[in-house]
Amino acid sequence: MKIGTPKEIFEGENRVAMTPESALQLQKLGHDCVIETGAGLAAGFADAAYKEAGVEVVKTAAALWKAADVVAKVRVPSDAEMKRLRDGQTLISFFSPVADEARMNQAAEKGATVVAMEMIPRISRAQKMDALSSMANIAGYRAVIEAGNNFGRFFTGQITAAGKVPPAKVLVVGAGVAGLAAIGTSTSLGAITYAFDVRPEVAEQVESMGAEFVYLDFEEEQQDGSASGGYASVSSPEFREAQLAKFRELAPDVDIVITTALIPNREAPELWTEDMVKSMKPGSVIVDLAAEKGGNCKLTVPDQKIVTDNGVTIIGYTDFPSRMATQASTLYATNIRHLMTDLTPEKDGVINHNMEDDVIRGATIAHAKAVTFPPPPPKVAAIAAAPKKEKPKELTREEKAAQEVAAFKAQTRNQVTLLAIGGALLLAVGLVAPASFMQHFIVFVLAVFVGFQVIWGVAHSLHTPLMAVTNAISSIIILGALMQLGSSSAIVVILAALSVFMCGINIFGGFLVTRRMLAMFQKS
Amino acid sequence: MEFGFTTAAYVVAAVLFILSLGGLSGQESAKRAVWYGIVGMGLAVLATLIGPGSGLWILSVILVIAGGAIGYQLATRVQMTQMPELVAAMHSLVGLAAVFVGFNAHFEIANVHETLLNPNYDAAQFGTFAALIAKKTAVEINILRVELFLGIFIGAVTFTGSVIAYGKLAGRVNSSAAKLPGGHVLNAGAAGLSLICLIWYFSTGGFLPLFVMTLCALFIGYHLIMGIGGADMPVVVSMLNSYSGWAAAAIGFSLGNDLLIVVGALVGSSGAILSYIMCKAMNRSFVSVILGGFGGPAGEQMAVEGEQIAIEADGVAAALNEADSVIIIPGYGMAVAQAQQAVSELVKKLRAQGKNVRFAIHPVAGRLPGHMNVLLAEAKVPYDIVMEMDEINEDFPDTDVAIVIGSNDIVNPAAQDDPNSPIAGMPVLECWKAKTVFVSKRGQGTGYSGIENPLFFKENTRMFYGDAKASLDKLLPLID
Repeated sequence: MKIGTPKEIFEGENRVAMTPESALQLQKLGHDCVIETGAGLAAGFADAAYKEAGVEVVKTAAALWKAADVVAKVRVPSDAEMKRLRDGQTLISFFSPVADEARMNQAAEKGATVVAMEMIPRISRAQKMDALSSMANIAGYRAVIEAGNNFGRFFTGQITAAGKVPPAKVLVVGAGVAGLAAIGTSTSLGAITYAFDVRPEVAEQVESMGAEFVYLDFEEEQQDGSASGGYASVSSPEFREAQLAKFRELAPDVDIVITTALIPNREAPELWTEDMVKSMKPGSVIVDLAAEKGGNCKLTVPDQKIVTDNGVTIIGYTDFPSRMATQASTLYATNIRHLMTDLTPEKDGVINHNMEDDVIRGATIAHAKAVTFPPPPPKVAAIAAAPKKEKPKELTREEKAAQEVAAFKAQTRNQVTLLAIGGALLLAVGLVAPASFMQHFIVFVLAVFVGFQVIWGVAHSLHTPLMAVTNAISSIIILGALMQLGSSSAIVVILAALSVFMCGINIFGGFLVTRRMLAMFQKS
Repeated sequence: MEFGFTTAAYVVAAVLFILSLGGLSGQESAKRAVWYGIVGMGLAVLATLIGPGSGLWILSVILVIAGGAIGYQLATRVQMTQMPELVAAMHSLVGLAAVFVGFNAHFEIANVHETLLNPNYDAAQFGTFAALIAKKTAVEINILRVELFLGIFIGAVTFTGSVIAYGKLAGRVNSSAAKLPGGHVLNAGAAGLSLICLIWYFSTGGFLPLFVMTLCALFIGYHLIMGIGGADMPVVVSMLNSYSGWAAAAIGFSLGNDLLIVVGALVGSSGAILSYIMCKAMNRSFVSVILGGFGGPAGEQMAVEGEQIAIEADGVAAALNEADSVIIIPGYGMAVAQAQQAVSELVKKLRAQGKNVRFAIHPVAGRLPGHMNVLLAEAKVPYDIVMEMDEINEDFPDTDVAIVIGSNDIVNPAAQDDPNSPIAGMPVLECWKAKTVFVSKRGQGTGYSGIENPLFFKENTRMFYGDAKASLDKLLPLID
């Protein structure tokens, strides 16, 4: 198949959908590549470089559209380009299918297959083709650079011989890909960075990038991003109020605000109101990455930089990726190349448009003379739903009391059973044994009982001293030996003497070593 | 032969002994408690010397002093790492003393018997113990025989058992589980033979059955402890402790001495509880420990994947300098390498930097209950940073660095993950949940139980090979 890339017609668009490097990779898949002359010029790729990579360079857009079986481009196709689209041709591009229903129908009628890059589902497998993310990354980075360009101070705080420079305070609203990229760039420049997002689960990501997450004092359960494919969705009015109140509190303090809040297929929510802009210090900068969709700040003028009466600069550029055309083209071309890899599974230059595949199906908006938008929900969830933590059920007082009573009853039952068995055994022994034995036996049983009661209280760390002490006192057997020492029989005296001697070792050794050990235990 | 004073002294001594054990519930009160024990013992001996034991009291005092001198030498010279050996050796003395006293009781019975047959006997020639026997009826004499038989049996088992335990702990006997061919059948046979001897002795009262039984008991003690492997040693030592108590109690019965009975019962129950605690900490039943050794694995053990990654001292030092919280898990290896001073030095340095350093002690770490606590205390590690397993196990996920020094089975994740592992279900220190784990270990071999430890293969584990003391000495100058 022949893959072609025309020069972008849209004014100010510098990106290109194919780079010499991606062309080489595409050729490895068995495809031929063709490009319109001068297509890569604005992004820093000369025709010669393409030729060197084995790409055929054609003179006009018309020739390219005719030659190519697959057309890969960046911007939504213009009317002229739509006319050139023909039956059996595949178009890979951003398309904004919601806004451009007419175009979509037109393409379907023509029998062309259209793959919309913004429709690539957000699942792990498809990340390599996710052009929204790769472009957002650039936008986030560039937003900080643009802000710095219009901001009269350092980002980082410094104490110099010529005076003290306070660090800049940056607030990033919306911690999606662009937001996180902005956070990373701004913290690495040394600014104090705050970030906010309606999805509380991203707090960890924010903090991992070195920014401080702005928490709201809001009781209602916050939304779970996993339900909406990892994107933010519309929040409740109460939540919005709490959010705006927080921003109002922050506004006089921050120097740079970067808003990146977008809700898929909707106008951008207004988060930075006019009064917040008014309360900001002169010289502050607002970069509105949502300008294309109406802006998170209503004062934003798309594609322009304005300065308000109180000296706040508001940047509403919509072409941040295009401002870094080389980088953006490289990433976008790589996204396209990965998509082509999935479309040519056999690597034989034959495209297999597999509508069973989640990623391909999701991104295809027109195929085989039919509009295939919107796609069914993907089989794989974008991100795993955070398991809801269930609070341990609070027990009512009655339940607690009932539990205690039950535990007490069980304990009583246990004790009574043990006592009954023990008592019965004692009685049984008492029936056969003579009284003199029973006297000692009672002492024995009581001593065992006391022993059990006492030893459970011994601290774990003192088990070794306990053993040494019990060792010493078990030498009480010396008493027996002492009594026998007075015997008339020689052998008894000898054995008793030996016993006394050994017990003597034990008593002194045991107690002394215990004392030695205990003396070592010290508090810090 | 009523000794009112002696009995009173015995009561006081018994109370003092109980207080002495009860006082061990806390480090500070323990220091006072030892004195209770010493005073109690002194009182008991003194009262006996004045009263019923006054026969040859000069000899008695000389013997006690001579024994005491040896005991003093032992107690002051022993290394803290050798505590397990010392305790085991002392148990053997108690056991042997019990055997001797039991034999004596038998001889006295025979003597009294003979004298009583002589119509012209003179009651005054009896010693105090013999006088006691002379008063007994036939039934009481029979009970006396059973009691002293039991006393000798338990004493003999304690004696050889403790000698073997001492040998194993001191490294003079191969510490792995070893059994003679025939295994437990031999033990059961010896026990059966002892039972026959009991009936024999009961009916004849001769010395021979007693002697045969003693040999059997000595064999049982030897063979039982030979069959128990190294990691079970804490249980063995506390079990022998318990036995020595029961032996004393049994002798107390035969001598009709209540203080002996009380103290024997206290020691016996104390040892029993310690054994129970140790067994629980290893998730093993007492019977399976006694029956010896780790049995073969119940099934195919989980294969361990990955490789052990070694690290040098500077890597460990860098991680420690970075860390905010450190948990150290000492084991028998630390005791063997005498590394507790180096560990203490390390802790001092780290704490001086404001890091949160704590120790996690598994109940069966080392070869004696509480072994690690004593070693750390010796090295002047404050006891309030030394934690029990249950206190600290939940803190591992928030810990930057866990250092395992010479312990193995007590940090083996297989106990939780692998139902076929011989130690499955044993509570372990979950050190692998810390961000980084350093394992100070001599080489790549397996631990005491011979079980492969998957911890060493985990991604966040680094092996710091070498003798624990040498490794730590290398590490110390690198900590700022």
